[in-house]
Amino acid sequence: MTAALQVEGLNRSFGALPVTRDVNLALERGARRALIGPNGAGKTTLVNLITGALRPHSGRVLLDGEDITRLSQADRARRGLARTFQINQLFRGLTVLENLCMTIGERDGHCNNLWRSAGSRRVVIDEALDHLDSLRLTDDALKLVRELPYGRQRLVEIAIALAQKPRVLLLDEPAAGVPSSESHLILDVVAALDPDIAVLIIEHDMDVVFRFAKEITVLVQGAVFTQGTPNEIMNNEQVRAVYLGQERHRGGHHG
Amino acid sequence: MAASDTMVTADRSSTRERAAGYLLRRHRFRAAEALPWLIAIAAFFLFPDRMTFGSQVLVMVMFALSLDLILGYAGIVTLGHAAFFGVGAYTVGLAAARLQWTEPISGLFAAAIAAGIVGFITGWFLLRYRGLTLLMLTLATAIMLQETGNLRSDISGGYDGLPGLTFKPLLGVFDYDLYGHTYYLYALAVLAVVFYFVRRIVYSPFGQALTGIRENVRRMHAIGSPVHWRLVTVYTIAAAVAGVAGALFTQTNAYVTLTVFDFDNSAKVMVMLILGGTGRLYGAFVGATVYMVLEDYFSKLSPTFWQFGIGLVLVLAVLFARRGLLGIFESIGQYISERKKS
Repeated sequence: MTAALQVEGLNRSFGALPVTRDVNLALERGARRALIGPNGAGKTTLVNLITGALRPHSGRVLLDGEDITRLSQADRARRGLARTFQINQLFRGLTVLENLCMTIGERDGHCNNLWRSAGSRRVVIDEALDHLDSLRLTDDALKLVRELPYGRQRLVEIAIALAQKPRVLLLDEPAAGVPSSESHLILDVVAALDPDIAVLIIEHDMDVVFRFAKEITVLVQGAVFTQGTPNEIMNNEQVRAVYLGQERHRGGHHG
Repeated sequence: MAASDTMVTADRSSTRERAAGYLLRRHRFRAAEALPWLIAIAAFFLFPDRMTFGSQVLVMVMFALSLDLILGYAGIVTLGHAAFFGVGAYTVGLAAARLQWTEPISGLFAAAIAAGIVGFITGWFLLRYRGLTLLMLTLATAIMLQETGNLRSDISGGYDGLPGLTFKPLLGVFDYDLYGHTYYLYALAVLAVVFYFVRRIVYSPFGQALTGIRENVRRMHAIGSPVHWRLVTVYTIAAAVAGVAGALFTQTNAYVTLTVFDFDNSAKVMVMLILGGTGRLYGAFVGATVYMVLEDYFSKLSPTFWQFGIGLVLVLAVLFARRGLLGIFESIGQYISERKKS
């Protein structure tokens, strides 16, 4: 069976600094994989390389066996590769409902139409509301995104990605910046994602990682350090040294 | 339990209806939208001896409207929009002076096509850039067209322009009159048609995608929007509309000179639009009219210092009306409706 997403020998550097070094990664259909690593390990860069926001210097990215390395970000998105951003990238001056309708409109190619009124497609609006319903955002449908608290904006970020009906979903720290009292809302959504979607999640919170992921990839200084099941990673001495140890140190620092 | 469940369901479906209703109704014409057209028709009867000036106002409204499509909706900042106005103006000017093609309405179509082609070609190259780079490149486009005209002054007439153009009667019936009555109504009719097209575009899914590009271009890429093509498309349309405005300018004045390509012209239309309010269609009507009327009034008041008056109004607008003059009306409307609620 071909993997939903396959990354082969990916390399990228910024100037003299290599930020992605010979990365290989495969996501089977329905995979739940976490990508962890210390700050500056190149996690977000890897997401940008996979989605096409950045071009790799060498290596390939395959989506369901199709080589998408040379495709634009938009072409990859239309083929079913969706992402969320570490820092919200939303249409802040538009309503939540419009954010969703826009996504569906671009997904189904309605946005090529210059003549028909956007509001005349009841189906689009209903689907947008269904997505909002499932994330309990219906009450905020007519609010401008910039008027929402950050935690709810994070949910809109996920709602948009889901409205793309992706086959592969990359979540870049979905709960980042959300107060812990609200973060469970987001994690519940993540845990309840459609089992057919292959998911790669970048996350710093180890509780989330161990709860959500069935496989974990550890990235250190741009290269894959090791991968395995949560148990293997937890019991890996080297991982504890480079990563978990540092976490504990950081936790101690804050405490 | 069951009762409260149905209540929750009913509540949710009413919330959904309200949310959906907002989008379903948004593109419908509202009564207030008749106002600018009624004013334009009233002006025809109230100021019969100022119709030449009135035509100029309508031309600038259309020019500002074309800029609103790209600046107000798609968020493209340009300092070279006069390029397309100029191409339109010279298309009908050259057609009349050199080819004796003097039928006005077909002239408008020719101007739209010519300006659209220039918009498509320059847009395809320039719209990869944003910010200052784009600003400079659009500025350069207008200057290059102007200098091309200057280089071939044997064809374009150079800075002396093409004076004393004559056009065939409209629809073969209505002739040009000294007071410009015919051309005022002609310009108004053309503006109404163009406005209808622009309004449809703005409320179409394509128009929504443009606001998406303005609001967050990274997100548009991420949801699979072909951003560059969307921008090139709207740039071409805006260029064609600006070309029609330029063609009307030549036809109502019966002359055209290379000053239509001036930086002044690009800057003026942007100032008008910002004064009226960007991204709201009617900002072009308010801004262009207020600017032109003030310019007219101040220049009679003080032929040497009239620009001071315009400058003062702009400073006040920037300080106190960030969203333009229409923004003030919107704020007042919101205030009143909130007062009513409480």
